[in-house]
Amino acid sequence: MKFFQKSWYKILAVLIVAYSLVYGMLINLPADVGILDETIRNLFYHVPMWFGMMLILMAAWVNSIMFLSKPSTKRDVYASELTNVGILMGFCGLFTGMFWAYNTWGTAWTNDPKLNGVAAGMAMYGGYWLLQKSVNDDEKRARLAAVYNVFVFPLFLALIVVMPKLAQSSIHPGSGESVNFKSYNSTNNMEMVFYPAVIGWCLLFVWIAELRTRFRLLEIQKEHEENNA
Amino acid sequence: MKKITLSLLFLSALIQASAQGNESLFRSSGKIYVVVGIISIIFLMIVLYLYRLDKKISRLEKDKK
Repeated sequence: MKFFQKSWYKILAVLIVAYSLVYGMLINLPADVGILDETIRNLFYHVPMWFGMMLILMAAWVNSIMFLSKPSTKRDVYASELTNVGILMGFCGLFTGMFWAYNTWGTAWTNDPKLNGVAAGMAMYGGYWLLQKSVNDDEKRARLAAVYNVFVFPLFLALIVVMPKLAQSSIHPGSGESVNFKSYNSTNNMEMVFYPAVIGWCLLFVWIAELRTRFRLLEIQKEHEENNA
Repeated sequence: MKKITLSLLFLSALIQASAQGNESLFRSSGKIYVVVGIISIIFLMIVLYLYRLDKKISRLEKDKK
């Protein structure tokens, strides 16, 4: 029972991702997806990376706020490891997106507002990473990183969600005047795979973040013991 | 071992359930199941790896206490 309480979300993650991987390949597609053709299946693989990244970075943001209101090593480590994993997910989305774009739009990097927003956003999270590396005093580093994170996440969202929505034109769905997945034939059941895929991948990466956090906490504990010895 | 068998059963049930749709270009040759199988194997290996890592860290945590 204790095992289940601790790891229900890991089991859930594996089941849901397995479902989305298999079903995403086998599902019937709507006929009117234009040049995307069969590659619309990337909706079940590429897009959940971005959605999951946003959810995970939001979790990191919440952890940073919790750290600021009540400082603890655990919250600090959770915030930074969730951010690390979120960035990993972002790179998964970026590289799959570049590959998809190369095969659909003919170039790996279009000057789409969404892509440029993400490039700037990633640079901001690069700043977060640098900040973590460049301060020696642990307490100060934790507090600076938390404050930085509290500011950077809303800005990141503004860059990758709000700005593309305001843009005149974009080739990404849901931005500017471009198409939206809702505009495709409504008889399809793509949503039945897409939304579970977002949740499943998110949980799977949370699992990785949890492992990294526990490992980091063990490391910190060891350092303390060595310092006290 | 039981977990692996269970998940394999789960996957094959899924594949069979979804095979009853109409034929699309993607599936007409029947070879897409090979790709689905390979993706499933890779995913299972990654999950197994994560599971073992989880166990290892749990053991470390236990030793510390």
